[in-house]
Amino acid sequence: MARGFFRSRRGVVLALEPMEVAVLRTAIADLAQLVGPAQQEDADPLAALVGIDEAVERPEDPALARLFPDAYTDDDEAAAEFRRYTDRRLRSLRSERAERCLETLSEVEKGRVTLAQEDEQAFLTVLNDLRLILGTRLEITEDDTDPETIVAQDDPRRPLADLYIWITWLQSALLHALAS
Amino acid sequence: MTRPTGIPPLRRVRIVRVTVLPEERVDAEVRTDRPWVTIVWNDPINLMDYVTHVFMTHFGYSKEKATALMLEVHNDGRSTVSAGDRESMERDVAAMHSYGLWATLAKDS
Repeated sequence: MARGFFRSRRGVVLALEPMEVAVLRTAIADLAQLVGPAQQEDADPLAALVGIDEAVERPEDPALARLFPDAYTDDDEAAAEFRRYTDRRLRSLRSERAERCLETLSEVEKGRVTLAQEDEQAFLTVLNDLRLILGTRLEITEDDTDPETIVAQDDPRRPLADLYIWITWLQSALLHALAS
Repeated sequence: MTRPTGIPPLRRVRIVRVTVLPEERVDAEVRTDRPWVTIVWNDPINLMDYVTHVFMTHFGYSKEKATALMLEVHNDGRSTVSAGDRESMERDVAAMHSYGLWATLAKDS
């Protein structure tokens, strides 16, 4: 039986069915693709080298906008400046964490893998990124929304809701394992 | 090498603030010399335990303090989680974004 994350004497263990590993890998690979640094052919190579993006703008996709929000509520110019200086680094950080999780998932043997300490934070934040994306796609706007009820069983977004529920369960299990 | 020195007479030492504990970076209400603040806003997706975990991990706050700040975000819609100069607050906000928390910085009012 799948147990998700739990603490053992050797550290935090992730135990999943092969089917679950496949689902999680696909979701994390999608995340990596979604957050990866935007390629700009006309970008200033020197600016890019030091992590500055001259042309970066607030993402139109609401899910991406949730991952990369404005840092200032009342100052568009400062918000744009902040974005130029942080966007690239934040995107690389997110995709590196996703890659790290994918690598760890490839090491699952007999349905389980023991996490290195750096993996714990990577999984925690990657699962959170996935929940933010899925929750935004499901248009969750109220606290304590029960995702079981917002999407009907025959709704085309049902698989998205099921994934959201499952990943929420996984993240809760990891938080519990980290606190125990 | 440093020679042990005698204890100076107390009246010659201007004691400004005595603590041997690591300094916690908060109390925007108290520290008027810290004109910028990091604000974390409530959102319907992040788990409460996760938000508490982030406050403990990034700021090094105790579980009690992190939980109190998380509850303030949850109940009041926002909470000031750190205060300092603008550059430090931009770093805190970027860190909060990397954890997926919805954070902004503003001049302390």
